[in-house]
Amino acid sequence: MNRTVSRHVYGATAVLVSAIIFLVPFAFILVQSFKTGPDSASLSFTWPIDFVFWENVVTVFQTRDYMLITAFINSTILTVLSVSIMVVLAAMIGWVLARRPSRWNPIFTFFILAGLIVPPAIVPTAWIMQSLGIFNTLGGLALVEVAYGMSFCVLLFRAFVSNIPRELDEAATIDGAGPIRLFFQVGFPLLKSVIVTAIVVQSVTVFNDFANPLYFLPGEENATVQLTLFNFQSQFQTTWNLLFTDILLITIPPLLMYIFFNRQIVAGMTSGAIKG
Amino acid sequence: MATIAPSDATEAVVTSPGKRPPRRKYAQRMYPRWFLLPGAVIFFVLFIAPTFASFYYAFTRWTLFDVEFIGFDNFVTFFTDPQLSKGFTNTLIFGTLTSGLKVVLGLLIGVLLTSEIWARGYLRAVVFFPVLVSTVGVGITFQALMDPYDGLINRALAVVGIDGPGWLTNPDLALYSIIIVDVWRGVGLAALIYMAGLVAIPQEYYEAAKVDGAGAWHRFRNITLPLVRPATTTVIILSLIGGLREFQLIWVMTGGGPGFASDVLASVIYKQYAYGFYGLSTAGNVVLFVVVSAVILPLFWWLNRKQTDL
Repeated sequence: MNRTVSRHVYGATAVLVSAIIFLVPFAFILVQSFKTGPDSASLSFTWPIDFVFWENVVTVFQTRDYMLITAFINSTILTVLSVSIMVVLAAMIGWVLARRPSRWNPIFTFFILAGLIVPPAIVPTAWIMQSLGIFNTLGGLALVEVAYGMSFCVLLFRAFVSNIPRELDEAATIDGAGPIRLFFQVGFPLLKSVIVTAIVVQSVTVFNDFANPLYFLPGEENATVQLTLFNFQSQFQTTWNLLFTDILLITIPPLLMYIFFNRQIVAGMTSGAIKG
Repeated sequence: MATIAPSDATEAVVTSPGKRPPRRKYAQRMYPRWFLLPGAVIFFVLFIAPTFASFYYAFTRWTLFDVEFIGFDNFVTFFTDPQLSKGFTNTLIFGTLTSGLKVVLGLLIGVLLTSEIWARGYLRAVVFFPVLVSTVGVGITFQALMDPYDGLINRALAVVGIDGPGWLTNPDLALYSIIIVDVWRGVGLAALIYMAGLVAIPQEYYEAAKVDGAGAWHRFRNITLPLVRPATTTVIILSLIGGLREFQLIWVMTGGGPGFASDVLASVIYKQYAYGFYGLSTAGNVVLFVVVSAVILPLFWWLNRKQTDL
């Protein structure tokens, strides 16, 4: 009896504390996005006087000649392009590294860990991109994101591949598959759950990235969604209602990804790199 | 597995036991090395090559068109200019504090969310949710919440009669306020990693300890803590790497201000880049590289060594 009472007390406390710490900020964003400009200027956590959420959404989209739409297109291209390249190439690397014993493996591991640890050198990267003619292009930025996300994905895939029985590969070889067919028709489908994890984690990272577009994709015509937030913030005045509406709008894609793949993410993490 | 052919004895060093001898040739044929090539090219051109180049350009005055070798001047500027060296200490403070807090709070939340608690699904979702919101969005939101006059935090404090500080405008506080926000944003991921580690601990251990009369604290101290160690390693390493390199949150919330109070190496690098001091900016990169390696590598080695001891 005493134990169940204390369990309820713990639970209720946890719910309350989490609500204050985690829910209030989101409720705040939501409430501000319902408000009119003057109403939101006071930043108070009050019920909106006028409910103008839809008008805010329309205004946010129209700001600066529909910059948000351009930005959504740019961010989508960037995310899809970089994540698909990253996942396929990293899966190939993880596959070979896990399957093929070699005395070079410690060196590969060194570079993979370096990719996780070493902070990217910004200016030299920009300079190399300029000499390759890919600076300030979406494709160029996508390749940079591939380079930065590669290590994490390779680690994830390598750990996962070593759990797949080799007998499957051998069976496929006996049936006449070459290395390319073996990987794309046998290996790749088997990696599905960890591929989902990599896709979700990296999509959210790339989509939410703000530093790399700032460095490698300057200019308004190339804006990604994160940069649209600065449309509503200036040194002298901030239109909070539109700013928070924008935050809400650009959080929808990562949120949808999370809702759809919630279970697989945790499963992929536990079977993959996070084992430690 | 039990019937290992005699011919395997020499081969067993490089392959797993119990397989036929032509194993190695098979591996070479079916897992060709060129599979590594496309990914490796991108990685080397856009990551490794710039890193190596930075070791040269850090010693130059560089305008992208013109390179002048100036020796250690950039580094001297870095450590003698108080505005720049502030970034160095702040980076260490930011990295250590965020990482430490994420370990402690992440473990607590992880234990809570793997126990039979009320509304577990809701709690898991709500703790993880900030991970999905963009750093810029989080930064802006907390900028509003931490506003000294209109912000929700100080208004709430005023209700109970506390005169809240200028969270982001007070030079002594700004960095610590950002640290709190970074922990708020990242603790969900730490908790998730801990949850994965905690679930893997066999329940029998706890049952056996209970039979022996160990209390909740003893069970936590002697079973959970040592067995969740791999997860702790992961959380420490990941959050330290992220914390030492953090730029986005700081840039959005204070821009390194007020003054240079919350500048870290990453924001100094960006500022020098934006001003066109490419050599100095790259020197900042090299300093950051050295700091991260000097912190992470020994720690990594030490944590992994302790792990095998267990």
